[in-house]
Amino acid sequence: MSATHPDPDPPRAGRFGRWGGRYVPEILVPALDQLETAFEHARCDPDFQAELSHLLTHFAGRPTPITRCANFLRGSGLEVYLKREDLLHGGAHKTNQVLAQMLLARRMGKRRVIAETGAGQHGVAVALAGARFQIPVRIYMGQRDCERQAPNVFRMKLFGAEVIPVDSGSATLKDAMNEALRDWAASYEQTHYLVGTVAGPHPFPTLVREFQQVIGEEARAQMLEECGHPPDAVIACVGGGSNAIGIFSAFLADSETRLVGVEPAGQGLASGRHGATLARGTPGILHGAETMILTDEEGQIQESHSISAGLDYPGVGPEHVDLCERGRVEYVSATDAEALDAFTRLSREEGIIPALESAHALAYCIRLARERPPASRMLVNLSGRGDKDLSHVQKYLDGSTP
Amino acid sequence: MNRYQDLFNRLRKTGRAAFVPFAILGYPSPASSLDWIRPLIERADALELGFPFSDPIADGPAIQKAAHMALRAGATRATHFAILARIRAEYPDLPIGLLVYANLVYRTGLDAFYETAHQAGVDSVLVADVPVSEIQPFSNAACAHGIDPILIAPPNASDRTLAQIARTSQGYTYVLSRSGITGTETVAGRPSNELLARLRDLGAPPALVGFGISNPEDVRRVLRAGAAGVIVGSSLIEKAKTPQGLRPYLLELWQATRL
Ligand SMILES: Cc1ncc(COP(=O)(O)O)c(C=O)c1O
Repeated sequence: MSATHPDPDPPRAGRFGRWGGRYVPEILVPALDQLETAFEHARCDPDFQAELSHLLTHFAGRPTPITRCANFLRGSGLEVYLKREDLLHGGAHKTNQVLAQMLLARRMGKRRVIAETGAGQHGVAVALAGARFQIPVRIYMGQRDCERQAPNVFRMKLFGAEVIPVDSGSATLKDAMNEALRDWAASYEQTHYLVGTVAGPHPFPTLVREFQQVIGEEARAQMLEECGHPPDAVIACVGGGSNAIGIFSAFLADSETRLVGVEPAGQGLASGRHGATLARGTPGILHGAETMILTDEEGQIQESHSISAGLDYPGVGPEHVDLCERGRVEYVSATDAEALDAFTRLSREEGIIPALESAHALAYCIRLARERPPASRMLVNLSGRGDKDLSHVQKYLDGSTP
Repeated sequence: MNRYQDLFNRLRKTGRAAFVPFAILGYPSPASSLDWIRPLIERADALELGFPFSDPIADGPAIQKAAHMALRAGATRATHFAILARIRAEYPDLPIGLLVYANLVYRTGLDAFYETAHQAGVDSVLVADVPVSEIQPFSNAACAHGIDPILIAPPNASDRTLAQIARTSQGYTYVLSRSGITGTETVAGRPSNELLARLRDLGAPPALVGFGISNPEDVRRVLRAGAAGVIVGSSLIEKAKTPQGLRPYLLELWQATRL
């Protein structure tokens, strides 16, 4: 070892490059430490892995298949495969890591679970797991999101969860997360806060990624079996970024495979009404992490906008900022209108109704197809199904929502 | 000159503990904020002033609403610092602490923020969502500009964390009366005599106790446990809306700080 060159900054726990960390009131630190310890133990505990694996197979329905599109973008040169997380129990990828965190909650002796939700898919996953584990569940959900994702509110209640509409701020995901953090500051001894994406304070970004990696591991093996090699590109929508990290992580070492994250451009990046934090955000601190956020000059958090409640968030998981800086993942965006178009097209052409969130990833494929690309094979993470979006989309298509 | 040290010396001689009211800068509007703050100062041994933030995760409904009202009324960094400078000019000896959220400091730039705070005559800054494990860049910038970094000592801190808090916090230590967020929805607890004793043994600066304090009895209970003073915020906003108004309540609280 040479002493002449100063070492680069040593990696810091809970950081991805300079991003991440743990910016929370001191009162929450012991609960995060406890979770980190439980997670580190569980990670290398064969009993935990066996129980989780059993639940994923027999309760949640893993593995999910990949489907080669028969008609969607046929003739464009693009061959599109879908990773079918829409078929997972609960209707989205969220269930994967929720089951893992429920097991952790039980190991830590927690008697109650709280969560935030945007689209309601994370809330549904927590609620169904709460029913299975017989743990009382409270879900915080923005008032606006309760309205545009009404079917999921009813599903959560059917599972016996308490749903608390949050009407402060923008009455969306960000505000639901604020409220969940406030609850946890008082209840941490008995309560686990089950964060739904790769955002938030350490260890959540690492923990949620760990339990979403199953998507990419399966999908890579499935693509190898079907095509003999990894796809030319893997595409996923990015809200907080959990379905994207989940599928990307298995392909990071495949240097020939492009990885593309699609952010919500809302009414267009130029309109200022979007949720594209990587494209248009600035470095900041939100919900426990140093990451890219939508914030004004004063440091006030700005409201995001997206037709899709699950992507309507002014922050992004810190690992995505690092992947973006390192250039390993490209981040692009799709507008509300493009997502709606993809939503209807996949329904009509493949008999699959995608979640509005996932429709953003499909929308990018449609845009790419117009540019007469060389023949290539794309793998899209179909992170969820669109049943929750039916009435909301119907209103848009009828022209009753601007 | 350290205004906190002077204050605690003075109080020790007069047999009182510190009464520290909290207010949101720019509430109810930047123009009328001083009218709200002045009656508090009449009774205040020190002042704690919060920058309104869009997403205050450590605050209950009363302070959330006050912050949002201030922001809607046009409160900005510039109006906050203008108000601070006026208070400092009128009350040269009053210790003034700021309570802010991390993104407000980060977006300004740490050096620029603490520099401006120093110019405005601020004595201390507490960043509500920065625990001691992440405090270093903030406390370094604070100290470089002659500002005391304030840390929160919660009831559940490990020995190691508490030792770091005791070492890092300057001026005073903000001790939580209970877990949770600000507001009177949950009654004030009482920090255990043990927590206060541990802090004293670790050489921490004097303990001011806050969160949920909403009557003179809460004050006396906290002081009996060995605190050097109390911080009262949400209940002031609520009491101001009652027919009797704020003044008699402020007097009661102040009287309760006689040891
Ligand atoms: C189907 C679906 N996809 C994606 C998301 C966005 O979250 P993430 O970026 O963490 O995958 C959500 C969030 O609610 C969702 O329901």
